[in-house]
Amino acid sequence: MSAIVNRKDVERVAELAHLELTPQETESMLHDLNAILGYVAELNELNTIGVMALAQVSELTNTTSALRADQLRPSLDRAVVMPEAPESDAVFFKVPKVIER
Amino acid sequence: MTSVVKPAETFVERPKTLAALRADLVEGRTKAAELVAGYYDRIARINPRLNVYLSLTKDRALTQAARIDALASKGDPLPPLAGVPVGIKDVLVMKGAPATAGSKILKGYHPPYDATVVTRLEDAGAILLGKINCDEFAMGSSNENSAYGPVRNPVDTDRVPGGSSGGSAAAVASNMAVLTLGSDTGGSIRQPASFCGVVGVLPTYGRVSRYGLIAFASSLDRVGPFAGNVRDAATTLSVIAGPDPNDATCALASVPDYAAESDKPAEGLRIGVPAEYFAEGLDPEVRAAIEAGIAALKSAGCHIKPVALPSTKYAVPTYYLIATAEASANLARFDGVRYGYRSPASATLSDMYSHSRDEGFGAEVKRRIMLGTYALSAGYYDAYYLKAQQVRRLLAEEFLRAFTEVDAIVTPTSPIPAFKLGEMTDDPLAMYLADIYTVTASLAGICGVTVPCGATKAGLPVGMQVLAAHLNEGTAFRVARAVESARGVATAS
Repeated sequence: MSAIVNRKDVERVAELAHLELTPQETESMLHDLNAILGYVAELNELNTIGVMALAQVSELTNTTSALRADQLRPSLDRAVVMPEAPESDAVFFKVPKVIER
Repeated sequence: MTSVVKPAETFVERPKTLAALRADLVEGRTKAAELVAGYYDRIARINPRLNVYLSLTKDRALTQAARIDALASKGDPLPPLAGVPVGIKDVLVMKGAPATAGSKILKGYHPPYDATVVTRLEDAGAILLGKINCDEFAMGSSNENSAYGPVRNPVDTDRVPGGSSGGSAAAVASNMAVLTLGSDTGGSIRQPASFCGVVGVLPTYGRVSRYGLIAFASSLDRVGPFAGNVRDAATTLSVIAGPDPNDATCALASVPDYAAESDKPAEGLRIGVPAEYFAEGLDPEVRAAIEAGIAALKSAGCHIKPVALPSTKYAVPTYYLIATAEASANLARFDGVRYGYRSPASATLSDMYSHSRDEGFGAEVKRRIMLGTYALSAGYYDAYYLKAQQVRRLLAEEFLRAFTEVDAIVTPTSPIPAFKLGEMTDDPLAMYLADIYTVTASLAGICGVTVPCGATKAGLPVGMQVLAAHLNEGTAFRVARAVESARGVATAS
């Protein structure tokens, strides 16, 4: 089976996904992605011209689902949310600097 | 250092039925507080060998037990699940209790709210014992992907309990809970239920609220119960199902009394058997057990007829493209900013994201994020994600057509019984292929029940999957009851 993705592809996708893979992880990812993509290529046997994409099945269930009224209501209290953050000053989340230099 | 290899053990014990537990409480033979204490004793004794519970919610459980005992002593009417000990898969949040989703990246996270299903269980009188182990972010078919160690199958501790809700299945099979909740995205309730010999329910997409479920693949994720018998699973579904203002994907349809539905005889129902689910790759002993189950349905007065689901072979690739694409988007939120794990030494925000995610996520989660990100990336979207969504419609339409001819469809839940720990971990693709019988219903959004249907010669449970049309859970329960009474393991009561 010929490779579908190469090492550069894997590195590019890892960057898109904000994953910093070790060289060893990159190697095994290259192997696994090619195996899986080779397998999913089976879908190309099916002619799907003119078939509408089905993103979600509610349209098939013949039931309505409804959005609630767009009314203000209280959200979670900051005092219970902020302590869960790795670093905060109780009002804002703190992160390392955004701009390199 | 040499590790001591312990011989395989078995911890199977059937929970009492809901009816028996209720009679004990109403007639004053048991107090809820004693029942809970007994369950925590059993957990303390056998959890170290099975690794089912990740954390216990004792204070909350004892408070609820006291509430139920007060009601019972006054002779007040008891809610439907009064005093019933329940375990919660650790992808559902309980206020103040650790929520890990089986991942290091959520270590130390204490959510500030309850999932809707958690609230509904407690309102119905259930006593929530604690949070239960699972594959990381519900990604896996063996429960070997948990950052907190694998769960072992109570039937045979050398074997996996299935996944991703392996802990939830093992808890009921070993009587560390009477009921549990799990989540099912591609088979994560049904397959472990079959591996552990318990009942598992895949409700119709939208039937049960997902508010407070840590999302994996939003167009597929469902929450459902495990129980020791079909009727109790049906009772539990009636408690947790129904519209929720906090989940816009919930169906507005009213909720039937599923237990009463399950009491109706299966006689006269038309049962479809798809040849595609009995093809190459099906273990001969699993086949024999399921065929005996079909024969039992025939004896019960069901009409057995073949149905065609020719696109079945395309379901696994379709599922793995859609599920991973959605997962890559859902898991973008784990970035070390608002909760959970942050890598300690990062000079910039961008480094902090990628270090936290690389150190926080396990190998299978990274593999799926990578596959999903690739399938959604510029230039590949049409070839992979769009194509998969088109095939998804073909698969769903096949089921809709089949359900004009039959009331339910029966299949094996898994092509193989529970396998040994480590047996499949080297080959992710082989592990994916074992999901072949469950991912189809996930993609189509239909409902199903897995019910014990005999065992292999070695004593490994075999589960039959009973599928029914959207919002037709009552029919699936009826058929499952008929299978249970002919083929299921007897329930102690």
